[in-house]
Amino acid sequence: MKKNRWLTAYAVIVFAFLMIPLLIITVTAFGGGTAITFPIDSVSLRWFANVFTTKSFRSSFLTSLEVALLATLIALLVGIPAAYALARSGMKGKQLLRSVFLSPTIVPGIVVGFILYQFLILTFRIPVFVSLLAGHFMVTLPYVIRVVGSAMEQFDVSVEEAAWSLGCPRGKAFFKVVLPNVTSGISSAFMLAFINSFNNIPVSMFLTGPGVSTFPATLMNYIEYSYDPTVSAVSVLLMAATVVIMVIVDKTLGVASLAG
Amino acid sequence: MAFMTLEQIDVSYDKKKQILKGLDLSVEKGELVSLLGPSGCGKTTTLRVVAGFIEPQNGTFTLDGEDLTKVPVHKRNFGIVFQSYALFPHLSVYDNVAFGLRTRKMAKETIDQKVKSILEVCGLSELAERFPKEMSGGQRQRVALARALVIEPKLLLLDEPLSNLDAKLRISMRVEIKRLQKKLGITTLFVTHDQEECFSISDKVAIMDQGVIEQYDSPENIYKRPATEFVARFIGFENFLDLRPSRGAEHIFKAPDGSSFCVDMDWGGEPFVGTIRPDDIRLAERGQKDNVLPGVVGVRTFLGKSYQYEVETAAGVLKVNMAAEKVFNEGDGVRLYLPEDKLVLVRKQSE
Repeated sequence: MKKNRWLTAYAVIVFAFLMIPLLIITVTAFGGGTAITFPIDSVSLRWFANVFTTKSFRSSFLTSLEVALLATLIALLVGIPAAYALARSGMKGKQLLRSVFLSPTIVPGIVVGFILYQFLILTFRIPVFVSLLAGHFMVTLPYVIRVVGSAMEQFDVSVEEAAWSLGCPRGKAFFKVVLPNVTSGISSAFMLAFINSFNNIPVSMFLTGPGVSTFPATLMNYIEYSYDPTVSAVSVLLMAATVVIMVIVDKTLGVASLAG
Repeated sequence: MAFMTLEQIDVSYDKKKQILKGLDLSVEKGELVSLLGPSGCGKTTTLRVVAGFIEPQNGTFTLDGEDLTKVPVHKRNFGIVFQSYALFPHLSVYDNVAFGLRTRKMAKETIDQKVKSILEVCGLSELAERFPKEMSGGQRQRVALARALVIEPKLLLLDEPLSNLDAKLRISMRVEIKRLQKKLGITTLFVTHDQEECFSISDKVAIMDQGVIEQYDSPENIYKRPATEFVARFIGFENFLDLRPSRGAEHIFKAPDGSSFCVDMDWGGEPFVGTIRPDDIRLAERGQKDNVLPGVVGVRTFLGKSYQYEVETAAGVLKVNMAAEKVFNEGDGVRLYLPEDKLVLVRKQSE
């Protein structure tokens, strides 16, 4: 029992380490002064108002939303068949190919961003938004392949074979039998990919241009020039949104499914 | 020509490991034929060739006179029951069973009627709305069977369908399978590694080893008269005697030590050995001379209803099972009788 108490204490300390900064940020967001202070001397919602009235925040938020959604959807369209092929084919070098698919998660984002900047924007002069989308597609695809792939690998091949034997051609069997049984994998892949795209800074930094900027990039920019509690207010709003999303995921799929 | 035939089927993986080597098999209409053998013998591969999951490198597969070797799985119209049952997890029992009929685009009423009647036959009417994860192994097994049977398949393929069930259920399910199979008259191929299961329900058994069929016969004949050393060992003949034909006398064979045995069968030119089950060796009566081998009792092991002795004889060590009433001890001298109808000659395994 004594040992258990120590473990509990340990868990509480780790939890506090993770949570206290978030708590402090939340408190500072409600401060009335123009500097971020803790504790706060007066309570006000002006910084929240500032978030909603700052034009660059609004437009970049919409850009981020648009990029994250589009990139994730494209990644799903490309990634699901790729994951299926990887899970089912007996081809040689499957393991190698899988590692290649996952490489963008291992290669530093800065590198990916720089390469895309060099080639897409400087060399081929592709529009900024399209380049940004391409970059985010690269960021999100590995999550789709990994999460959907593991769901497909756990799915018994014989179930598909049973469908074929009952008169269902392979393609049709994929839609009628495989997809309905990996939906939770697909939803978690969607969430993971979306969140990663939305939060991404290193790739976005290189791929922004006049009129096209993602939300985190704009935020970074803002902090550089005006360090006031608006940043705290934005953080609070993002945290709240994340909590809402997590609750929805947990209620529908279980948080564990996000672990892939 | 038989209803179903496999001719000279070759299957190899990566062009190196040969799984099936020129396999031949023919099955008559309405028969239940088992493929029996140790793991890795190619029995499941054979079933998968028939099902259409594997295309053989060589050979042909015909059904009802039609060459189906290159016909894709979904056009073969075979019912398959998998070892893992492979039910569709997202569909209810009813929808699982209806799946094959719906892909055939049948009218709704016809589907409903067919599904209900097969669920009735398989004793599943009460469970129609359940999902696979809400059912026991035996119930899932029956759903898998119903799903395979409802499409009125030309061939029913069963891949170790009972190996995930507990012992008691396995016995009742195999009776059920046999009953349904006979009732519907469906030609059936059954893959198993369980001898008892296989012998109890099959019309014919093909015993396989290393990609070839060693013996293809009725269960009774295989049990009594194995054709090869491999088959004999596989079905429990544990004693092998190096016998030579004796000149002049038919049915008489000599062991290296000179003792001679009368055997109830003829033998052609191939190399052979004599073999007998531990259960079939008895104690010789007083005065009995033919087929008798004296020996000395060695290690004794208790088997429950009998003891097994290792008896040292001039023809080698023999395993003998004897009733528990009379117990022999190490060093006792015994005279063993090897009945001439139980002593069998089999083709010797080439090294």
